[in-house]
Amino acid sequence: MPSSPYTADRPAPERSPEELRRDIPGWGADLDPADRPAVPRERFAPDATGAHWEYPEEQLVDGYRERSIEHARLTPVFGTSVPLKGLSGVVRRLAYERFSEARAAHWLLLVLGDRIDAIESYAASFARGTPDPLLAESGVRAELGRHGLRSRLGRRRADSAHAWMDPLLVAAPWLLAGTAAVVVVTRLVRRH
Amino acid sequence: MRAMVYRGPYRVRVEEKPMPRIEHPNDAIVRVELAAICGSDLHLYHGLMPDTRVGHTFGHEFVGTVEEVGPSVESLQRGDRVMVPFNIFCGSCYFCARGLYSNCHNVNPNATAVGGIYGYSHTSGGYDGGQAEFVRVPFADVGPSRIPDGIADEDALLMTDALATGYFGAQLGDIGEGDTVVVFGAGPVGLFAARSSWLMGAGRVIVVDHLDYRLAKARDFAHAETVSFAEVDDIVVTLKRMTGSLGADVAIDAVGAEADGNLLQHVTAAKLKLQGGSPVALNWAIDSVRKGGTISVMGAYGPIFSAVKFGDAMNKGLTLRMNQTPVKRQWPRLFEHIAHGYLTPSDIITHRVPLEHIAEAYHMFSAKLDDCIKPVIVPSAA
Repeated sequence: MPSSPYTADRPAPERSPEELRRDIPGWGADLDPADRPAVPRERFAPDATGAHWEYPEEQLVDGYRERSIEHARLTPVFGTSVPLKGLSGVVRRLAYERFSEARAAHWLLLVLGDRIDAIESYAASFARGTPDPLLAESGVRAELGRHGLRSRLGRRRADSAHAWMDPLLVAAPWLLAGTAAVVVVTRLVRRH
Repeated sequence: MRAMVYRGPYRVRVEEKPMPRIEHPNDAIVRVELAAICGSDLHLYHGLMPDTRVGHTFGHEFVGTVEEVGPSVESLQRGDRVMVPFNIFCGSCYFCARGLYSNCHNVNPNATAVGGIYGYSHTSGGYDGGQAEFVRVPFADVGPSRIPDGIADEDALLMTDALATGYFGAQLGDIGEGDTVVVFGAGPVGLFAARSSWLMGAGRVIVVDHLDYRLAKARDFAHAETVSFAEVDDIVVTLKRMTGSLGADVAIDAVGAEADGNLLQHVTAAKLKLQGGSPVALNWAIDSVRKGGTISVMGAYGPIFSAVKFGDAMNKGLTLRMNQTPVKRQWPRLFEHIAHGYLTPSDIITHRVPLEHIAEAYHMFSAKLDDCIKPVIVPSAA
């Protein structure tokens, strides 16, 4: 005779509630959904948040602050970590001003801006005469102090299947883009 | 001040930055005493999150002491020791008024789909994070809480994201008495989700990962059965066999964007950034949970599209629930669970690292060296 799920009964539990309560600290303490803080999902309680305003005072805007075109207005509070600058800033500004969050172009331009930013920032550090210490910033010294070999050898880790190609994969887009740029520039120079 | 800064994919360092300043009347400046590196910080570190700018300071898990408050701050004063939820939220918008603090509409001009998060790129609002000596904390009357007596600093630190998120993930699973719960990922969030599932009345908790030391922690800390997907031919079939062909009632994705286990998905998403994330764990959840079951997604994914198996989810009549955690909502109940000894968050901390060594800490956490589960950053340590 087949069993569940080919028949109606639920499989018998391996341990009873009494056994679980004995074995697991706090088992069933939140069994009643009323004790779960995330239930119900929405609870209208605007007086419980600590806010003493109907709408917050607005943070002063110092210069240009990009925003999603899905927003009706600049939010009253915002981060000021790293303002837009350079070519990456131009690309990011285009992403924000032209494309909504619903468009792949918005996100792909932001990713492009990130890559340009990394190159621009490295070039700037080089121009200042204090090039980024790539090795120190990569933290690979941890391979020595934190048992890089012992953490991998003899262990069945799924990431070992691609560990050998990871550096190539991370570098591949850069190498391809660089090669394409060299080819294009060389052809242009030859034409003129 | 000294602060961690991002320099490009796979590169971070500590450098001197200007002190944060009060930029809004309800801001506070907090001197950071402990911070943590979150698994989701690795998505930034690997260059997976769009609009992560060179010079940005990461860190959305931190506790510290109030150094300065803005003129409209009423509930905190200089010297207060505070825990700060990873969400930045105003407390007064449509979403905050309904308890959806992680979906605040007044703090992130860069995106309407994303709330405000400390140190999590400009896509999350462009706020510097807490892997630094000092940090700006907006809406000081709304977000932070004084650390209660009896709550250890490291426990408070883990309540700012990892514990709250694991606990929230178990709640979104809508677990009923006797349910079988499968948790994908034995990192901090997965461990806390597994442990929390028992509080909801689970009858069986199974944790899936590929790192043996994390699975050992899942057995020891979360009282769970474990399976290494690296040691079985097909993890979905294995889970079906373990559950009498029915499938689990609830599956929790505590992995997110850089899931391993499928070479094509991992490489196209985590390495080539052609997807918002590698949905391997999510797809395993969809395929291994029973028909009519529930999936709770706690893993973080980027905003670009991902190759998710929605056809199977639809055909199986699944309920998919997810959100960034509204952290502060979880705290009163979590304080009780910690006081009773039901949850022991700091047990998962494996490394305490001075801020000056943060590049090595990121590499160690990213490469899963030295049996690392949760690294804590100590800004004041020499």
